[in-house]
Amino acid sequence: MKHGREIMEPKRFDLTLLRLTEQIIEDYSHCEELCLIGIQPRGTILLKEILARLQNSNFKTKVFEGHLDITFYRDDFRRREKILAPQSNKMDFLIEGREVLLVDDVLYTGRTIQAALSALQHYGRPSTIKLLTLIDRRFNRHLPIQCDYTGMEVDTVDHAYVRVYWKLGDSENRVVLYDSKEIDND
Amino acid sequence: MIKSYLSQPHLLGIQNLLPEDIELILQTADNFKDVINRPIKKVPTLRDVTIANLFFENSTRTRISFELAEKRLSADVLNFSSASSSVKKGESLLDTVNNILSMKVDMVVIRHSAPGTPTFLANHIDANIINAGDGTHEHPTQALLDAYSIGEHFNSYKGLHVCIFGDIVHSRVALSNIFCLQKLGAKVAVCGPPTLIPKFLSELNVQIFYNVEAALRWCDVANVLRIQLERQEIKYIPSLREYSLYYGIHKELLDKIDKDIVIMHPGPINRGIEIDSDVADSDQSIILQQVENGVAIRMAVLFLLAGNRVG
Repeated sequence: MKHGREIMEPKRFDLTLLRLTEQIIEDYSHCEELCLIGIQPRGTILLKEILARLQNSNFKTKVFEGHLDITFYRDDFRRREKILAPQSNKMDFLIEGREVLLVDDVLYTGRTIQAALSALQHYGRPSTIKLLTLIDRRFNRHLPIQCDYTGMEVDTVDHAYVRVYWKLGDSENRVVLYDSKEIDND
Repeated sequence: MIKSYLSQPHLLGIQNLLPEDIELILQTADNFKDVINRPIKKVPTLRDVTIANLFFENSTRTRISFELAEKRLSADVLNFSSASSSVKKGESLLDTVNNILSMKVDMVVIRHSAPGTPTFLANHIDANIINAGDGTHEHPTQALLDAYSIGEHFNSYKGLHVCIFGDIVHSRVALSNIFCLQKLGAKVAVCGPPTLIPKFLSELNVQIFYNVEAALRWCDVANVLRIQLERQEIKYIPSLREYSLYYGIHKELLDKIDKDIVIMHPGPINRGIEIDSDVADSDQSIILQQVENGVAIRMAVLFLLAGNRVG
């Protein structure tokens, strides 16, 4: 196993989640409705953490929770060695005319977000779409996509790999930076 | 954890699929069933893939289902039917297909009256081949959609009793269904007149019934097949009336047995012959769900095979 470097320990992780939640409350409290859409699989874990914190606050805006699977919208199908397994998709509302906040764990090349944007077109024309990610690897973008809310900005070389570990499923909430993607548990 | 890709680049039959492959297809179909129930039923996944539907034998349901699945995946579709083609002018199968492939086709869906045609093509051309029925051999997507429809009703296939009724000897659906359900762990039986049940079936570990009532008492799912009048060069049954009387599925018989048996039929139905209308249209029947699931299953197969490129 390759040893990674912990770049966000559980305590800071928790504070970051709290700050992101506060930012949502600040920016969306005036809205009547907000669609919070997590990108499957790991964006939805972040979404659940944020939703749990929103419920403990005095956030009055009506929240629609969506889980978006983007496997069928990826632009690298038939270009990569193996196909990705699709995950479940839970979008039982339309985003027509509503405020949308897309949630994912790591923003890297921007291709996932591009696929998510084309997937979202199938659920209506939203009033705005903003992006929240826990980690922003800002020097590795392939497309002109930026996020509006970031937990942490990470500047890495291209072959490095940032992995977010979650209490739900892994062990503890933390973020680890590896030299390359070949880690034993992925 | 199940793998995310199939063990082979073609779908030639169920016989050479691994149980994991079947499970992967059924699982992927879940995702596509979700897609086709959305307001916008189309995804761009296969936007750079061209698929040729080569139907050398008549088909309505399967062809439409494949075409719809391809269009919902945004593939470019090329339709071919032998009735209006150069096949009538004496061109060989390989020449026809090679000509079509020169037009840069990535996948071929083929139906042909000769068993083994898809395997022959897979050995000769560089494209993913999908068998949409080859003679009396196999019809894998039908078996997969039947299994998927059964799976929606029962928690597990293990130990489930499925009986296939009717013309087994001429049926590619029966053979694919037997392979598929057995690989998933179900117990399979067939029921029909002795002339329409092939001898080799006992080697496949399939129970044989000659009495409909006994078969119905045994099974949880009854998959009723059509009497294939067009494939019968000689008379296998004295008359359709007599067949219906002894081997048809009637409401009175089901009422008498008083058991919740799921009724399936791959279509087209000969109402009043192998199955009565009041059975086909009853709450126990999942015939129309089968058709809906057919599109989801075919989308899953196309998606998984397109990811497994040949060459």
